[in-house]
Amino acid sequence: MEVDTALLGKATGTDIHIQSVEARVNGQPAYLQTSPEFSMKRLLAAGSGSIYQICHAFRDEELGRYHRAEFSLLEWYSVGLDYQGLMDEVEALICHLSERTVVVQRLSYNQCFQNALGINPGRVKIDELRQKVAHEIRGVDVQNLEFDDCLDLLISQVVAPGFEGFTFIYDYPASQAALARLKPGSPALAERFELFHNALELANGFSELIDAKEQRSRFAADNALRRQRGLCEYPLDEAFLEALASPGMPECAGVALGLDRLLMVLQGFDHIGQVSLQ
Amino acid sequence: MASYSTNEFRGGLKIMLDGDPCSIIENEFVKPGKGQAFNRVRIRNLKTGRVLEKTFKSGDTVEAADVMEVTMQYLYDDGEFYHFMEPDSYEQHAADQSAIGDSKIWLKAQDMYEVTLHNGTPLAVAPPNFLELTITETDPGLKGDTAQGGTKPAKLESGAVVKVPLFLEIGEVIRVDTRSGEYISRVK
Repeated sequence: MEVDTALLGKATGTDIHIQSVEARVNGQPAYLQTSPEFSMKRLLAAGSGSIYQICHAFRDEELGRYHRAEFSLLEWYSVGLDYQGLMDEVEALICHLSERTVVVQRLSYNQCFQNALGINPGRVKIDELRQKVAHEIRGVDVQNLEFDDCLDLLISQVVAPGFEGFTFIYDYPASQAALARLKPGSPALAERFELFHNALELANGFSELIDAKEQRSRFAADNALRRQRGLCEYPLDEAFLEALASPGMPECAGVALGLDRLLMVLQGFDHIGQVSLQ
Repeated sequence: MASYSTNEFRGGLKIMLDGDPCSIIENEFVKPGKGQAFNRVRIRNLKTGRVLEKTFKSGDTVEAADVMEVTMQYLYDDGEFYHFMEPDSYEQHAADQSAIGDSKIWLKAQDMYEVTLHNGTPLAVAPPNFLELTITETDPGLKGDTAQGGTKPAKLESGAVVKVPLFLEIGEVIRVDTRSGEYISRVK
């Protein structure tokens, strides 16, 4: 079912790496949504069944060759599927849009690091990781980088540039998946995947976390880290947390696909400005 | 002290890096969807001319460099310093050998140059892309050889030596491209 949710909300995502564009409504702060995730999950909790929407999303402090403050997303949730099943759906969509059969490679996060750099992100120590960064990337002050900062820099600058065609990377470190379910039996990993085309990220999806308590404590941890880093704290989306607690959300998997970037790839453009007027 | 956040990075921005004034050539914003953002930057050290790469965590701040580019008229050299004048204020600035660098062979009194000032002191001097200069030394011209290729060295009034067609004589004025050091045309 297609749905349409509000772009403006009193609350927003707390992810420390995603900054919301702030607006004011009747003198109170309000936020342009960084994705329709919380609203769509409220619909899922209300019994909508599988849903999708195409909407605009907004993120502050992101401008570049592949980034715009306002961009379009296709986001959908498939009830009863986990992240593996959802990858099949994404692959089918890519084939449909490409008008040919596309084989999407599947590699685990640990495996792609192993292949490109000979390290296992699950075992490597911070000192060795920083050395890798210093060796691979020029002019970076590695002492200034935390563990996940190093992984983020390496995947975007060294690992992903080695991808060819469409590639899924799955089983991300749990520290990089604020809204995903952890992998049963491997709590250091989250059931999260990303779709790449060459080095460009196109989509992010996961088996959804449906535990309200766990979700609340992850939001609180984000805000604590925001405080520590001197970033603004965001009000929690209480309506979402309440819906997650009762009636609760069905087991499902969801994905957000960047439509501007997908259009770039399908049309052979190399700059987001070529597909988006801003 | 003024500073810039990585959000303000763009080509041409002047920043201080390891004590030297630098100019940003290219700024690339890099961010995994749910991860830390970085700015990968190509920077020219304005003192040495060297180009280097730097990676900043987005949100970091760097000190701004007080650097200005001013078009000035070249006046003369006193053996040690090269003197330039701002045409509007008549204010004079003395550039030393290191600021003049490779531009030394393109200096001609009265012509206009791009002078880069750091904290008010000339840091670099760039000639215009094209200059018209008089030939001061060259072998005698060969008449009737205007169409064929063939070149000979000619020394110009500024000191530069460029290759020119065989028919040109001492005293003639030519147009040269200062970037490549190539002869463009004869100026009548």
